[in-house]
Amino acid sequence: MEFFLITLLNSLSYGLLLFMLSSGLTLIFSMMGVLNFAHASFYMLGAYFGYQISGYIGFWPALILAPLFVGLLGAATERFGLRTVHKFGHVAELLFTFGLAYVVEEIVHLIWGRAPVDYRIPSQLDFTLFTLYTTQYPAYRGFMMLVSVGMLLALYLVLTRTRIGLVIQASLSHPDMVESLGHNVPRVFMLVFAGGTALAGLAGVIGGNAFITEPGMATAVGSIVFVVVVFGGMGSLAGAFFASLIIGAIQTFSVALDYSMLDLLEKAGIAIAPTSLWHGFWSISISQTAPVLPYLLMVLMLIVRPRGLMGTREG
Amino acid sequence: MTRVLSTRRIAFWIAVALVFAGLPLIFKQSFALSMLSQMGIAVIFALSYNMLLGQTGLLSFGHAVYFGLGAFFCAHALNFIGAGTFWFPVTLVPLIGGVAGLLFGLLLGFVTTRRAGTPFAMISLGIAEMVAASALMFTTFFGGEGGISTNRQVGKGVLGLTYGPQIQVYYLIAGWCLVTMIAMFALTRTPLGRMANAVRDNPERAKFVGYNPTRVRWFMMALASFFAGIGGGLAAINYEIVTAETLGLVASGNVVLMAFIGGIGHFWGPIIGAVLVTLLQSALSNYTQAWLLYFGLFFLVIIMFSPGGIANLIALHKPVWNAGLTKRLLPSYAMSAAAGAVMLAGFFALIEMIYHYEAKETSSKAFSYFGLELDPTSAGYWVGAAVVMAIGLVLVFGAKKFVSRAWEDITPEMQRQGVI
Repeated sequence: MEFFLITLLNSLSYGLLLFMLSSGLTLIFSMMGVLNFAHASFYMLGAYFGYQISGYIGFWPALILAPLFVGLLGAATERFGLRTVHKFGHVAELLFTFGLAYVVEEIVHLIWGRAPVDYRIPSQLDFTLFTLYTTQYPAYRGFMMLVSVGMLLALYLVLTRTRIGLVIQASLSHPDMVESLGHNVPRVFMLVFAGGTALAGLAGVIGGNAFITEPGMATAVGSIVFVVVVFGGMGSLAGAFFASLIIGAIQTFSVALDYSMLDLLEKAGIAIAPTSLWHGFWSISISQTAPVLPYLLMVLMLIVRPRGLMGTREG
Repeated sequence: MTRVLSTRRIAFWIAVALVFAGLPLIFKQSFALSMLSQMGIAVIFALSYNMLLGQTGLLSFGHAVYFGLGAFFCAHALNFIGAGTFWFPVTLVPLIGGVAGLLFGLLLGFVTTRRAGTPFAMISLGIAEMVAASALMFTTFFGGEGGISTNRQVGKGVLGLTYGPQIQVYYLIAGWCLVTMIAMFALTRTPLGRMANAVRDNPERAKFVGYNPTRVRWFMMALASFFAGIGGGLAAINYEIVTAETLGLVASGNVVLMAFIGGIGHFWGPIIGAVLVTLLQSALSNYTQAWLLYFGLFFLVIIMFSPGGIANLIALHKPVWNAGLTKRLLPSYAMSAAAGAVMLAGFFALIEMIYHYEAKETSSKAFSYFGLELDPTSAGYWVGAAVVMAIGLVLVFGAKKFVSRAWEDITPEMQRQGVI
């Protein structure tokens, strides 16, 4: 029970972090039809900016400034990169962000080196929040959840209650109509892109020190975020939310479980000799399959329900 | 339309065969020979990729899966042949890789090709991740971190072909490259190849004509995987080791770069891309640590300014050449080349200085740059490099005007001659 509750809490904080990434990705995708391959690169930049800024003026200013810088970079990417490529079609846009991810990783190598940087949890948050049975739950995990939930609430309010949010929603479905009503739709696009990347940057600032800040972090998270978006249904925010929590839970739980089919078969009274050809196959433990599980889930979803959990279109 | 077996086409392929046969006579050094072999493999791989991206409009980020699986199957086949389990000529071993690629293409393609466009791209990426992660899980087949090593000198040499010396391997690769090139070109002329283009351009209309777009995509995917598998088999023979990296995401991304840099709109575009990228990768990596960065930036520049790739740039100049007006473009091109060189010299100097500034082994951080001694610890060099780059940037924008003016000059002349 103790194990279950702690893992559940961990998976929740990880899932919320995933949703901060996938929500930006979903918004950008449903608005511009562009799948931003470099989205996780902005997450990585957020983590590195957070590390650098908190080295100079502390973690709290970094929490505000790093996402802002990332958002500015995102806006510049949209304005000077994607908008130029837009006329060549979606494949070129997709490949542009793909190439960008490549370049960002190299720039990170160039500036911060190949080894992980020492980005630590701020000392003010480095205490035990509560003790569950015997396990101490770190306050930083709680802080992560708090920031994510607060951010999502703010996002929801902006999208549904403010003028700009309504314009964004309208531009999602009828960009031409919105444009003829006198709104600058390209600027709205730029805003959405900047906002989405800033969200990714924020996720990087709070995720970079909880996990690890290294040049490979973008690739590691990037494909998981894609799985989340496909699993939840392309372009559906609610779908992305549930998918984030589900994938987060699967990843966290499967890493922690060290059982294999061999144990199960043994319980059922079937013994497989270690010399058997299939022994290697049956002895693969659940934690070993952890990297594959999300992708397997995605493939299964595509076979059973190609439009994803809550998607509305087949794409 | 030209007949399938027109004299011109046969003559063309014979010329290609002669070039393949003659290349080792010019490039005799062993490193050149191994690079040529590498290029041949890359050409097959990039062409097979373009069957998806260029011809069917499927942007796949997981094509190396089929290349890699073909390589693994061939490595195991070679080991079995070596152990005497069964007999099979080494010359035809790449075919085993092809069949493996075909089967996996049919299996995985059945899932992926149900969607097109962006979802296909993401799904192909997911499948690639899945296979790459499984490769580290199933160590019996994939050999874990160390990979599977093999030996190509197995079985009895047929007609004296033992594949010991690299030159024999080169001719094996060149032969397969020629055969697969012809086959892939011929495929573009078949009804399936034509329908693939239709499905790429307008799946709805293709459906109305009575074809199932999903099935066309699936078949193209399977065939592309077949050719990728052949390429993988050749790689297994060439390197005699196959690791999980062969089917990883980096390899998949690499083939996207090759095809796109070369140009996906023309059949021969990816060939240029494969040759150029292979050349750049081995040449640049000798000179600078930052070559991946330059390479990525080069890719971005191609996407932003010439999305048709190098092939499209060449095709653009064909009417100019036909009209005999090339020499009227050359002065403006020379000007922009010079301006670009100035800009790049400044830019490269900046990047290299950052790298050397960050470098750990620091007795002196100064380094030689095209014969010049640059010291990243002194501010003067930074300013100098930045100034050179800025001047180059201004010059490039100036030269751009001359280029467009030269084009405006020759356009009426070309229209009069009727070449455009």
